[in-house]
Amino acid sequence: MAEFYILLLFIIIAAIIAVETNDLLSSVICVGAIGFGGSLMFLFLRAPDIAITQIVVEVLGLIILIRATIARDLTFITGDREFFGLVVSIVIIFVIFLAGIRVFETLPDFGTAIFARVPDAASQTYISEGLKKTGAANIVASVILDFRAYDTLGEATVLFTSIVGATVILRRKPKKLLEELD
Amino acid sequence: MKGMTVIVKTIASWVKILIFLFGIYIIIFGHLTPGGGFAGGVILASSYVLLMLAFGRKFVEENLSLPLASKLDCLGALLFALIAILGFVFGGIFFVNFLVEKYGQPLELLSAGTIPLSNIAIGLKVGASLFLVILTLSTCCKDFKPGTPSDGKE
Amino acid sequence: MPYALCFLLFMIGLYCAVVKKNMVKIVIGIMVMEYAVNLFLIMLGYRTGGEAPIIDKGHLESASTFAKFVSSAVDPLPQALVLTAIVISLGSLALMISICIRTYEKYGTFDITEIRRLRG
Repeated sequence: MAEFYILLLFIIIAAIIAVETNDLLSSVICVGAIGFGGSLMFLFLRAPDIAITQIVVEVLGLIILIRATIARDLTFITGDREFFGLVVSIVIIFVIFLAGIRVFETLPDFGTAIFARVPDAASQTYISEGLKKTGAANIVASVILDFRAYDTLGEATVLFTSIVGATVILRRKPKKLLEELD
Repeated sequence: MKGMTVIVKTIASWVKILIFLFGIYIIIFGHLTPGGGFAGGVILASSYVLLMLAFGRKFVEENLSLPLASKLDCLGALLFALIAILGFVFGGIFFVNFLVEKYGQPLELLSAGTIPLSNIAIGLKVGASLFLVILTLSTCCKDFKPGTPSDGKE
Repeated sequence: MPYALCFLLFMIGLYCAVVKKNMVKIVIGIMVMEYAVNLFLIMLGYRTGGEAPIIDKGHLESASTFAKFVSSAVDPLPQALVLTAIVISLGSLALMISICIRTYEKYGTFDITEIRRLRG
């Protein structure tokens, strides 16, 4: 249990630095540190698929963020918004915090398996009959590609749409086409 | 974007094939060991991004240009939809695993029905998509001076 | 108690996304919120002293070892959902950064209060 607290403390300190510092390069590096700590956390929580995916996605996300911020002639933007907007934002965050505290009393303790106490939970069927029904030894792979393949189809569609959107936004018209139109 | 020094170019040309091979390994063994299509596809894309950072954008664009990458992306998505429709044709239910117990024993490489085929389709799609977006991000806006309107608008 | 620290991480991301003026800082705040939600989902499925949900040859030797695996495995369903969520967050990050780059080209700044006043 101690390793969870140490890693969570590291992640929270990196998040506070990423939010508060004025230099954009430092906050991008701290986002990288958050992702790395998160990947270690997933490894301790017995989720090796997620740990591999998180660390590789973190590396590509850092490359995208640095590409957007380094080549620009940046000025340091200091200060926050004007006073009235600041007060409204703080009030909204406080209300969400109070609503979140209420939920904590209904959650079970950390480390107890919820699905073992609910009768006929779906995860019990996946673990005990996954190998027999699909033949795959990796139960998470059999869940995303056989038991719940619709979610994977939806994810492929969302990824395709966001990539098409990013490509369309960044497109440049060739100058020859503009001259022909005139 | 421009390339880097000679040391980086030499090391990158040795390491890129290992990263590519590792990505293919994680995709193909996705039903036996942790990993699967998504992680393997991102690793495939990152091997090409390493080439782009070390050698410059023009070198990579001659080998894997933008239209070819988007065609590979669409091919991966169509393969995945084809596996789903074949499940409807052969099994009566959309997306059913119609090849289960037809070949191989459990815990071997050739087993588990349509799951390895779906892994390969997803890996191809995710890898081509992410390479496409990073190539597009590096193509735009090379020389921008503040105050002038950018071309392509009016 | 680890749930409370995860919620604190989500609050830090929400504060950054709502209060800051720099556009890239807002994007960073949204990313921190996504990390916090993924971490919380995986923490819900953890069992103390559990094993990763992957079967290998040692588990299939007899019925009793397999029964021990079934009674001590970690929940595989949140892991399947978080796997797709992580890759989708990369796609949405690419879309947000492309919007930021286009806005910087047109207005010359990342500041969102300046963008409102330069119109007309």
